[in-house]
Amino acid sequence: MINPSVDIVIQLGLMFAIGTILAVALMTVARFLAPTSKNPNKGLPYECGVLPEGDARLPYNVHFYLIAVLFVLFDLEAVFMYPWAVSLSGLGWLGLIEMFLFIFILLVGYFYAWKKGVFEWE
Amino acid sequence: MTDFIFLLIKAILWVAVGVGMVPFIIYFERKFAGFFQSRMGPTYAGPWGVLQSFGDMAKLLSKEDLIPDWADKPVFRLAPYILFVPAFIVMALIPFGPMGVEIFGYTVDLVIADFDAGVLLFLALGTVAVYGIVFAGWASNNHWSLLGSLRSGAQMVSYEISMGLALVGLIILSGSLSFVDIVDGQAGNFWNWYFIPQIVGFVIFYVASIAELNRAPFDLAEAEQELVAGHMTEYTGMRWGLFMFGEYVNMVVVSAVMATLFFGGWRAPFEALDFIPGFIWLVGKVLFFVFMYMWIRWTLPRYRYNQLMDIGWKIFLPLAIANLAVTALIVSVN
Repeated sequence: MINPSVDIVIQLGLMFAIGTILAVALMTVARFLAPTSKNPNKGLPYECGVLPEGDARLPYNVHFYLIAVLFVLFDLEAVFMYPWAVSLSGLGWLGLIEMFLFIFILLVGYFYAWKKGVFEWE
Repeated sequence: MTDFIFLLIKAILWVAVGVGMVPFIIYFERKFAGFFQSRMGPTYAGPWGVLQSFGDMAKLLSKEDLIPDWADKPVFRLAPYILFVPAFIVMALIPFGPMGVEIFGYTVDLVIADFDAGVLLFLALGTVAVYGIVFAGWASNNHWSLLGSLRSGAQMVSYEISMGLALVGLIILSGSLSFVDIVDGQAGNFWNWYFIPQIVGFVIFYVASIAELNRAPFDLAEAEQELVAGHMTEYTGMRWGLFMFGEYVNMVVVSAVMATLFFGGWRAPFEALDFIPGFIWLVGKVLFFVFMYMWIRWTLPRYRYNQLMDIGWKIFLPLAIANLAVTALIVSVN
């Protein structure tokens, strides 16, 4: 069409547009078909029929935070591995050993986190 | 200009097939669930109940759309879209036939976007779904929603890592991140497909994808007995419908990705069968994986949360790293 990099934007943008249009269309149809009736009780959060306890945004388990931090680390590592994996055949033994060193350093951190009990949910 | 018209036709057809499958997949899921549990499943709407999904859709469209008073309203409205739309972008990456086919005298590539970093984009968009679920849970301002979305967020990011690392071995073999090149690398008969050398990677990817889709046995996010419906507790009507619809569209798309990466995509299992169009093979493989999801869902009991995290972090992550190290070693030796 124009040039490869612009094409990709058009192609992916088109699919994004189709998805969005479909979702918005469904919601618009629902807006016309759905009934509306005001009742103050309908606005309450659902807590199995009893009156709600209050705001839900309370402190929660720190484990979720630790998992999120570890996710960032390991996902970044995975992103580093993709270009290496694509070009492995041209890198030879040196590339392999370097990546094994990288993985080894990462595994040290992984076992540290394991020993510290980040993966234990009790 | 003709290119753009062909692009539009391809996109609409692909979406029509991918999304059009969803009502029938939902119908068959309920029917299979019935058979697995020695009951009939839906029977009333249409012959054998085939129109059940359309009836459900009409019902959802005519239900009141409630937003709780304490909710964060713009985020509450946005969340279903975040879950729904990325699946369509992933659809664009999946080839459903060979490149450069002659149709009515025009040369057409039977893929919507031949993106060089397709696998990376697929993984990136998979993570976007976490935002949808966490936004939904947080904006609802409901205890069940918040707990469900936290669980689900932690579960999805945990399995995202195993999923990403499981694909590194495959990329070493294919030497490319583009879905089109990966399918080309699997040309020939079915023993050239990547699931044979990458069987460990495939198993990890499959199980991780179940966790990514929040389906049983990993559906901790919406464990009915504990959390009502998790992040969807406060959603009603079509907004809830978008979540469910999005979940099934995601299931079709992930199945298509799995078929493309590990099972030769649109290629026939034997070269002698190449006269059957690739599109039919792809849809057949997608339906096979979707059936596997249903089978697993209705056979296995739900895991406990600590078991789920143990499987993700203590078994799959080391296994994925070992798989990629062994693959890299074997490829380097040869």
